[in-house]
Amino acid sequence: MPRRTDLKRVLVIGSGPIVIGQAAEFDYSGTQACKALRSEGLEVVLVNSNPATIMTDPELADATYIEPLTPEIVEAIIEKERPDAVLPTVGGQTALNLAVALHERGVLEKYNVTLIGAQIDAIKVAEDRLLFRNAMREIGVDVPRSGVARNLEEALVLVDDVGFPAIIRPSFTLGGVGGGIAYNIEEFRELAGRGLDLSPVHEILVEQSVIGWKEFELEVMRDAADNFVVICSIENVDPMGVHTGDSITVAPALTLTDKEYQRMRDMGRRIIRRVGVETGGSNIQFAIDPTDGRIVAIEMNPRVSRSSALASKATGFPIAKIAAKLALGYHLDEIPNDITRLTPASFEPTIDYIVVKYPRWNFEKFPQADRTLTTQMKSVGEAMAIGRTFKEAFLKAVRSLELGKSGSLFTGSVAQIQEEDESALRKRLVVPSDRRMWAIFRALRRGWSVETLHELTKIDPWFLQQFADIVELRQMADLGEFREMSIDLLRTLKRSGFSDADIAGVYGIDEDVVRQRRLEVGLVAVYKRIDTCAAEFESFTPYMYGTYEEADEAAPTPKKKVVILGSGPNRIGQGIEFDYCCCHAVFGFREEGYETVMVNCNPETVSTDYDTADRLYFEPLTFEDVMAVIERERSTGADVSCVVQFGGQTPLKLALPLLEAGVSILGTSPDSIDLAEDRQRFSQLLRDLGVPQPASGTAVSREEARDVAERIGYPVVVRPSYVLGGRGMAIVFDSGALDRYMTGAVDVSHDRPVLIDRFLEDAFEFDVDAVADAGGAVVIGGIMEHIEEAGIHSGDSSCVVPPFMVAERHLATIREYTRRIARALQVVGLMNIQYAIKDDTVYVLEVNPRSSRTVPYISKATGVPMAKTAARVAAGRTLGELGLVDDLEAAGVFVKSPVFPFVRFPGVDTILGPEMKSTGEVMGGSDNFGSAFGKAMMGAAQRLPERGCVFISVNNSDKQTVLPIARDLAQLGFTLAATRGTAAFLRAHGLDVDVMYKVNEGRPNVADHLVNRSIDMVINTPLGRESFFDDRAVRRAATMAQVPCITTLTGASAAVSAIGALRRHALTVRSLQDYYAGAAPVAQLK
Amino acid sequence: MNAILALEDGTWYRGVAAGAPGETGGEVVFNTSMTGYQEVLTDPSYAGQIVTMTAPLIGNYGVAPGDAESVVPRVAGFVMREASPIASNWRADGTLREYLTRHGIVAIAEIDTRALTRVLRSAGVMRGIIATGSPDPVGLVEKARALPKMEGADLVKGVTCDEPFEWRERARDWGEDDHAEFGIAPERHSSRRLRVAAYDFGVKYNILRRLSTYGCDVHVFPAIAPASDLLAIEPDGVFLSNGPGDPAVLSYAIDNVRALTQTDVPMFGICLGHQVMGLAVGADTFKLKFGHRGANHPVKELRSGKVEITSQNHGFAVDPDTLPADTTVTHVNLYDKTVEGFRHVTKPLFSVQYHPEASPGPHDADYLFRQFLDAMEKR
Ligand SMILES: Nc1ncnc2c1ncn2[C@@H]1O[C@H](COP(=O)(O)OP(=O)(O)O)[C@@H](O)[C@H]1O
Ligand SMILES: Nc1ncnc2c1ncn2[C@@H]1O[C@H](COP(=O)(O)OP(=O)(O)O)[C@@H](O)[C@H]1O
Ligand SMILES: [Mg+2]
Ligand SMILES: [Mg+2]
Repeated sequence: MPRRTDLKRVLVIGSGPIVIGQAAEFDYSGTQACKALRSEGLEVVLVNSNPATIMTDPELADATYIEPLTPEIVEAIIEKERPDAVLPTVGGQTALNLAVALHERGVLEKYNVTLIGAQIDAIKVAEDRLLFRNAMREIGVDVPRSGVARNLEEALVLVDDVGFPAIIRPSFTLGGVGGGIAYNIEEFRELAGRGLDLSPVHEILVEQSVIGWKEFELEVMRDAADNFVVICSIENVDPMGVHTGDSITVAPALTLTDKEYQRMRDMGRRIIRRVGVETGGSNIQFAIDPTDGRIVAIEMNPRVSRSSALASKATGFPIAKIAAKLALGYHLDEIPNDITRLTPASFEPTIDYIVVKYPRWNFEKFPQADRTLTTQMKSVGEAMAIGRTFKEAFLKAVRSLELGKSGSLFTGSVAQIQEEDESALRKRLVVPSDRRMWAIFRALRRGWSVETLHELTKIDPWFLQQFADIVELRQMADLGEFREMSIDLLRTLKRSGFSDADIAGVYGIDEDVVRQRRLEVGLVAVYKRIDTCAAEFESFTPYMYGTYEEADEAAPTPKKKVVILGSGPNRIGQGIEFDYCCCHAVFGFREEGYETVMVNCNPETVSTDYDTADRLYFEPLTFEDVMAVIERERSTGADVSCVVQFGGQTPLKLALPLLEAGVSILGTSPDSIDLAEDRQRFSQLLRDLGVPQPASGTAVSREEARDVAERIGYPVVVRPSYVLGGRGMAIVFDSGALDRYMTGAVDVSHDRPVLIDRFLEDAFEFDVDAVADAGGAVVIGGIMEHIEEAGIHSGDSSCVVPPFMVAERHLATIREYTRRIARALQVVGLMNIQYAIKDDTVYVLEVNPRSSRTVPYISKATGVPMAKTAARVAAGRTLGELGLVDDLEAAGVFVKSPVFPFVRFPGVDTILGPEMKSTGEVMGGSDNFGSAFGKAMMGAAQRLPERGCVFISVNNSDKQTVLPIARDLAQLGFTLAATRGTAAFLRAHGLDVDVMYKVNEGRPNVADHLVNRSIDMVINTPLGRESFFDDRAVRRAATMAQVPCITTLTGASAAVSAIGALRRHALTVRSLQDYYAGAAPVAQLK
Repeated sequence: MNAILALEDGTWYRGVAAGAPGETGGEVVFNTSMTGYQEVLTDPSYAGQIVTMTAPLIGNYGVAPGDAESVVPRVAGFVMREASPIASNWRADGTLREYLTRHGIVAIAEIDTRALTRVLRSAGVMRGIIATGSPDPVGLVEKARALPKMEGADLVKGVTCDEPFEWRERARDWGEDDHAEFGIAPERHSSRRLRVAAYDFGVKYNILRRLSTYGCDVHVFPAIAPASDLLAIEPDGVFLSNGPGDPAVLSYAIDNVRALTQTDVPMFGICLGHQVMGLAVGADTFKLKFGHRGANHPVKELRSGKVEITSQNHGFAVDPDTLPADTTVTHVNLYDKTVEGFRHVTKPLFSVQYHPEASPGPHDADYLFRQFLDAMEKR
């Protein structure tokens, strides 16, 4: 059946900011959906609050709304755009929940918009744990014993029945937020309470535990003719109890007989039918009892998901793209398979390689966080690796994580690891954590048996045996000298996935020695294609992975080409923004006539979609793997260069080694990069340029540090060299704290000294993104004024373009400095500079001669794709030729606000500092600052109250400044509450303020009021400099109660003006296309 | 121990022995199924063939009695990328390696199975030899070239039963109980026990399991048994099984089946049985370049337009242009548009090229057994 003809205009809902459990994978699916719909001649209206996405590029939709994902806003968009249908299945949980909300508010009927992809009933059956359980019973699919509770009493009754450990899972939450495993009644009360709070419908499922069972996922698709296919099966190496998002997973499933697998497949078909997903993809999770094969269904997601993105990359079958077409009424057999061209999409991919996904956590940024892995997801990103065997894929995945020293599975000599206390090691094996795999390898090296490890970890013996084999292979190598190693052994190690560095590690020799020997004996990687059919048919898409075998299928062309290095697994500080830039690098170089070659190992991304770049290598971003790709691409005598400025710090680290290996780097030279990264060289440069920077020095010892600090004066900012996202960075106010930092916080060495800068207190911070060409022309994309003062990481503070509170002469200075620095560094391409203004002086905080986190935001705000421009410039264009002469102007007022993962990390303080903690961002736009900021807060789920009670608690130095803010709030009709000190001060100035107990003063205290929802906003600046114990509890309570909690006064005054604006003029929605065309906003919010 | 796989095209691959020591020859083919290697090993249709699994890791879950499709493994040889050192599954009663060795199946691992598959895909299947130890590859190539071709070879005689038997007697020994755990419910049960006479050209046990699950008493006959023997038990229906080799040379079977088509007894054929039925009604068969072997082939049922994901294992196919006017094609393969099934327009005769009994593979086509039931009960 050809596609439905009744649809002309479709609204696609994105997934909003990157948060744990909902990340870049939805940009990948959303982008595919938009492309697919438009290729069918439909008009696409898109809404997503996340500017750092390819899907929100104005080229991808007819109308692009970067607006908060709230029912009101989306209704306004529907009213204005009048779509025929809404596609809610490519925007994760957010889009599904929004669809339900729109339905319940009657919006869908009112504008008679139909849902395509999934109907309301299907969404409800899948998402409502109780309905799901009953549906499963109906079709004879087993599920764990469970019940639904709407309050603690009901929950306590249920737990009597299911017993301990008990699983708590809130309905309609994402990535298991608020879920957990309770081993005793105390834990149960706590978890159940939290779950009830966090579930939007205040409902939890209390479920019998099947911890330790094997966990599997099926990615299935169904079309309107009820044709059903399984795209991919995924096996979790970590058994039930660890969220699939936190599990090491492997595709295809490796430990199921055909009988077991087909039974699961049959269930999959029954489930998608019963749930009622008429067209599209779904993710279904199963648990299997390893002792008798009993199988139970765990959940089904009636939409594309993290796993479907993984499955698409793992098989070459573009689930989101096909799902979009199915939603239009096509049948699977009417859609061709892109890769084989001759065969249809109505088949089941079969693969002849092994795919391993390894999660990436960021616990080091949340020292107080509990690293135990449970049913709620904690990882912030993932790496995927492909090999012909499990060992190869696994070792490639581990090195793709870029964990540095801590990444090696073989750190420490056998003697050293013998010292680890045995019971401690047991515990590390029994209790899953981000470091469990390292414990497994230590145990194996100590000679613990696979049986023992299975008892402790419940991981399937097959996987443990593979790990044991890896350990044994390494021990074989460990016997002699490297020189004596036989070629056979070397080949065996390479075939098993050992990197040159791994092998060098065995002998404590240099990686290059191994590399040279390997090349001498002609042992090089070959590339195989991912073709959906295990070579049964010819493949037309160069989507490849490296392995050590005989036949190579890379078939490189003789064309002039550029190798674009991606940014690897997402992590805080290096996320989707950099993948956005890499995609634009592809677009830019393609326009300049280059063949584009992408190397990346992050399955969530658009850059690893096989139809983004001309050629895709799914490989780790290490020197060895990248160099191998370059050599293969060169083998035709083609002119191959490489570009490193788009993928963040990851490719930057490779710039010098690649250069030394004779690779030509396009754009800013590696030496300039080093000049900017090396603080000493850089300080010298700024001095020569006469550009002020905070007094600074470097130190490798306590003493040195003290001296430097004395010289430049406290407070100081301290940090290790070469960091991203302010890793290990701290503000230190006295020598005591400095000593503690030097001893405790970081590992220092002579080539990696600690950097000490004078801390500019209460300074205004600015971010600048610019692009420069080889001729020295510089165009500034925008000067972003931070809302929060310097000292709060640029990635964690809200910012606004155009700047709204700064003297023109300072802006002039900033422009001038930016040009001077760009020319001095001979930047060709992108550059990001952070400035701070204090006492009328403009200081440079740092320069990043590369793409930055703010490039996508600025590109959206100005309508000029900066990263693409930078690529074309790196390819030799001048800015003039590209029609860029003047600095760019924002098309409106745009505020960028961060979102934080605190809600997942109980016990972690939510105070902001120089170390970045946010996982993503949203953008709010308008014609005035207030409304733009209000929208941004709304998008970041920090909806500002329009009335109610504001709780204020600030330190003495802030009391004067908070006064006007408090006055405005009173003016706006808010009631004020404060802690004793603050209250006294405000009363003294004629304001009427209630006093509330601090948490430790008695009850009911602030926290109680927050829980009871009798406080609507919190303004709280740290009371003590180091131990602000009490207000930490307040901020935590606010976060959990999802009450906006503002920790800086600049932020507070911004919030107040936003509230004012929200009151004065109703919010309006406006598409990027209209902003760029200068059109006025229309539709008002109901 | 080392091993070599040599092909008639003059190439060879060095690997390691992964089964019994020795030397074996056959037609080298590839199977793209990701699960079910034991079902593949024991499928009699693979007699005379060296099977290459494209899935790179084989043996992970060991072997279990309930997963056997006949008394012993039937493949001539087995080719893998990596063989699992251990068996990890609650049903396993041994490792793959032990199993292959015990049954004298010569196997090779650690070779670039994808490279081999691409050769077979483009050059077509070819004869080959696996030899363990360190033989001279050139000599092996010669031997490969000397092997008889699959075309014109009657391999059925080697795998059919020598005596008629009733499935019920054997079911027990072949893991019927264990299998029951996974036995998918039949679409319906027959209203009364039906008697089916089945020609064993190399039948897979799961066909017999399915028939009896649907309520049939299956009497299995040797391939050479005359039609009269089958009719003697007054069957409600006749079944033609799968099996190895070139259908065109099975004149005895073709004649018997032609005789049966003259009666009004409903007849259902699978795989080789389908080809034999095709030849019996006067159509021709031909050899495919590299055949269909796997568990993911899309087949379209022409009446409903529905797509089934099917289990496949065949190197020959029925030529649609030669099918007589009183038959119609019912199923087509969406990969290469070859015939996957046909039926007689007036008589209760129908057959499919693929494997509704799955094992290994999806259960999408199980409804065909119900169709057979309907045909038998109508009578
Ligand atoms: N009954 C259970 N016993 C043990 N672990 C469970 C159980 N139910 C779920 N889990 C674990 O919790 C994880 C998250 O549960 P799931 O239902 O998938 O929620 P989410 O919507 O967050 O994906 C699963 O991946 C699984 O590992
Ligand atoms: N000398 C300083 N005075 C005040 N704040 C500073 C100073 N140096 C850094 N910061 C704050 O720390 C944050 C992170 O520092 P930065 O050099 O940008 O590290 P990163 O490389 O992680 O971006 C900055 O955004 C700024 O808010
Ligand atoms: Mg899940
Ligand atoms: Mg910075």
